[in-house]
Amino acid sequence: MATTDVPAQRRREVIDRAAIRFCGDSGDGMQITGSQFTNTTALFGNDLATFPDYPAEIRAPAGTLPGVSGFQINFAATDVFTPGDSVDVLVAMNPAALKTNLADLKPGGVLILNTDAFKETDLKKAQMARNPLEDHSLDGFRLFEVELSKLTRAALRDLGLDARSMDRCKNFFALGMCYWLYNRTMEATHRWLDEKFGAKPLLAEANKLAMKAGYAYCDATEAFQVSYDIPPARLTPGTYRNLSGNGALALGLVAASQRAGIPLFLGSYPITPASDVLHELSHYKEFGVTTFQAEDEIAAIGSAIGAAYAGLLAVTTTSGPGMALKTEALGLAVAVELPLVVCNIQRGGPSTGLPTKTEQADLLQALFGRNSEAPIPVLAASTPGDCFWVALEACRIAIKYMVPVIILSDGYLANGAEPWKIPALDELPEIPVRFRTDAEGFLPYARDPVTLARPWALPGTPGLEHRLGGLEKQDGSGAISYDPLNHERMVQLRAAKVAAVAQDIPDLVPAGDPEGDLLLVGWGSTYGPITAALRAQREKGRRIGHVQLRHLNPLPRNLGNVLRRYRQVVVPEMNLGQLVWLLRAKYLVDAQGFNKVQGKPFKQSEIEAKIEEVLS
Amino acid sequence: MSATLPVYTKKDFQTDQEVRWCPGCGDYAILSAVQSVFPELGIPKEKFVVVSGIGCSSRFPYYMNTFGFHGIHGRAPAIASGIKLARPDLEVWVATGDGDSLAIGGNHTIHLLRRNVGLKVLLFNNRIYGLTKGQYSPTSEQGKKAKSTPFGSVDRPFHPLSLALGAEATFVARSVDVFQPHLKAVLKRAAAHRGAAFVEVLQNCNIFNDGAWDQLTEKELREENTIALEHGQPLIFGKNKDRGIRLSGLELEVVALGHGVTERDLLVHDAQRSNPALAFLLSRMDGTPGFPTPIGVLREVEARPYEALVHDQIEGAIAKKGKGDLEALLKAGDVWEVR
Repeated sequence: MATTDVPAQRRREVIDRAAIRFCGDSGDGMQITGSQFTNTTALFGNDLATFPDYPAEIRAPAGTLPGVSGFQINFAATDVFTPGDSVDVLVAMNPAALKTNLADLKPGGVLILNTDAFKETDLKKAQMARNPLEDHSLDGFRLFEVELSKLTRAALRDLGLDARSMDRCKNFFALGMCYWLYNRTMEATHRWLDEKFGAKPLLAEANKLAMKAGYAYCDATEAFQVSYDIPPARLTPGTYRNLSGNGALALGLVAASQRAGIPLFLGSYPITPASDVLHELSHYKEFGVTTFQAEDEIAAIGSAIGAAYAGLLAVTTTSGPGMALKTEALGLAVAVELPLVVCNIQRGGPSTGLPTKTEQADLLQALFGRNSEAPIPVLAASTPGDCFWVALEACRIAIKYMVPVIILSDGYLANGAEPWKIPALDELPEIPVRFRTDAEGFLPYARDPVTLARPWALPGTPGLEHRLGGLEKQDGSGAISYDPLNHERMVQLRAAKVAAVAQDIPDLVPAGDPEGDLLLVGWGSTYGPITAALRAQREKGRRIGHVQLRHLNPLPRNLGNVLRRYRQVVVPEMNLGQLVWLLRAKYLVDAQGFNKVQGKPFKQSEIEAKIEEVLS
Repeated sequence: MSATLPVYTKKDFQTDQEVRWCPGCGDYAILSAVQSVFPELGIPKEKFVVVSGIGCSSRFPYYMNTFGFHGIHGRAPAIASGIKLARPDLEVWVATGDGDSLAIGGNHTIHLLRRNVGLKVLLFNNRIYGLTKGQYSPTSEQGKKAKSTPFGSVDRPFHPLSLALGAEATFVARSVDVFQPHLKAVLKRAAAHRGAAFVEVLQNCNIFNDGAWDQLTEKELREENTIALEHGQPLIFGKNKDRGIRLSGLELEVVALGHGVTERDLLVHDAQRSNPALAFLLSRMDGTPGFPTPIGVLREVEARPYEALVHDQIEGAIAKKGKGDLEALLKAGDVWEVR
């Protein structure tokens, strides 16, 4: 906690929660600024949720509307489920950022503007006819006009840096201001700067100075009359760290490999927003992790299938377009019945779509998007931290049932972060692996009576020489077979094997009311806004339940029963209604969809409005 | 290992599967050569893995009594790369065809060669699509009349050896299905190579492209139209060994021996040059009027295989940091306690 002397006229107010958005040009370092504020906030002990929102272009022309990059964080002394529908503080580095983000600032909210970037040319690039600093259009906010560039240069003038390098520190000036505003220390960011600029201590020093200057500026300026304290949240006791969805997925895969006692192999091709999993895993060589950056998406999954055949825990990571390319190979994995984990970090589509925006419209593709009958277990993570647990569950199922498994995450989970309670090793599931070694009576397609899994028989094992392939196989022997009845039997066996996974899925226990007027059914990243909306609406006396499906194929055995305990069922999804279509088809319930396909997550208020509409 | 290695015969590598290639297909000869060579390599049978894609050639694994993986069209190099990366101790062979490896799988082929993954790639080149019943392939000569090209193909063909050399493959060779002793000798050289070994086997499809290689294989034409490359030997060919290949500027030329031209004027084959340019020139002889078609090993250079480099990094990290500690990994970075 900051220990600065507070002048008598200054007030420190204790509040429950706040949301801040940093926005500026893609070159302004907004993602770093947001991440640093997040890290400090997490270490302080607040619960939080983040929403990084950036353009697909690395550097759209500076100062233009398409070049705006934003990072939102919602932090509180109580539970946080979403990044916040609107923000209390908006830091805008230029007119374009102001224009595209102002609508989300609460009336009376704090607006910090870099007035150095409001010249005629800047306004023109943002297609603004009038200067908002002069036309009273910002009167409804607590406006702080700050000459960020000028003040940063003044703070750094003795370091001997060029103007450009000095300007690149202005985001840390803004960060320092926000640290003052919420009474936060700068230590964690100091440590980060030392690590990041190890080889260039001058740049570390410059950023530290800029940040300190921002902090001191608020201290010294009469303009800032109030600062805020948000006490630590009462989270479940334990050791915590801040973790993004992609980071959690990578950790979960390493953990699964360690639990299974077999090395991890990742075959991957770079694609937004999945690449961070590849980046992350490429560091973990001391865990025996092999990362193979393949020549394309097909080679990525092909190599993973080869590695699985040779006995490794094989994974491939991608997003929608890559998923489409992997389709044929997924069918092969189904046919050869090898364990494989395929992670689809969904983004807006179709085609290239919205590479950096979130969506969950690949559900039906995951379930059905292959030629012929090719069932695959499908799992979805509901929060960034949950990606860790879903990775373990996917690996467990893949190995136990000798099947490919699809994990659905999305851009919102991938880049969003939350405090994550670090589990003890004995909280992690067991993942037993049994390789076939006995040549006596070996049949490549003999099946375990409970799981219907075939044996995992590795090349290099004497006496187990056998041939696998995509051609239809004789049940048991695995020899090529064109026999019609055998084919039907094999189709049914592959389906029954995937259906058998349901025996491991715990029964759903709805959050909120166990029966009542309305059941909200979600999957994936809609967990946060649905949970927040559910809490708010139940406080108003409404009888609502909520289930968030982690297992999408097979579905939990009691889902049909749960659906019938409520008078109405609403399924919020970031697509045109994929899960709702499935539920209606499978359970003959009159579930209705609530859909949003804007590349943005649901707001709590949107779901609340839907609940009120349905129950009115 | 070698002390207890069983003595294998060709029969040990034959399966009980009925071979379903057309009678007279060149693939039989290639299968026979491979089944003859494998027992002589001093490698336990269970260490062999034969991987394939789709096409006539890709039925190969079913007929080899080894571990086998019949993949999907064009993707055998990817699957095989995954196997070799996972288990560098395995001997991984890829059986593929001109459509499988140069059309749908062209990308994987060049990248596996570029990386120098320790796989043996046997490209059965019959210049036609057989399993889909007779369409022209990426190696068909321009003007090829086939099922899908009644007016003749307008595509220019790939030269597989040139392509492999362009990707800087460390081992590039060619043989012919019916040249059994030569084929076996080339296969053994490929087997001994550490790194990616690319072997083009000219193969006859007697149903859809019969006689595609007759100009090379007919008894009276063979020595006139082919040249057997031997490392360290001058390039001489012809029934009477009376012609040779000479380097002239940036081109090769065919010269008649005699009249002042001696063996000393001829190009001496050097498969071990690190620069692939000369091997590339040799690969361009086929299809050039008046030039013989080279067979044998064009290039054979040493380079640490990809899988070894990958494992070097893993072992290096373990040596430096110790075996990964999961608990420490989960708690890495900034953490805090909630009580």
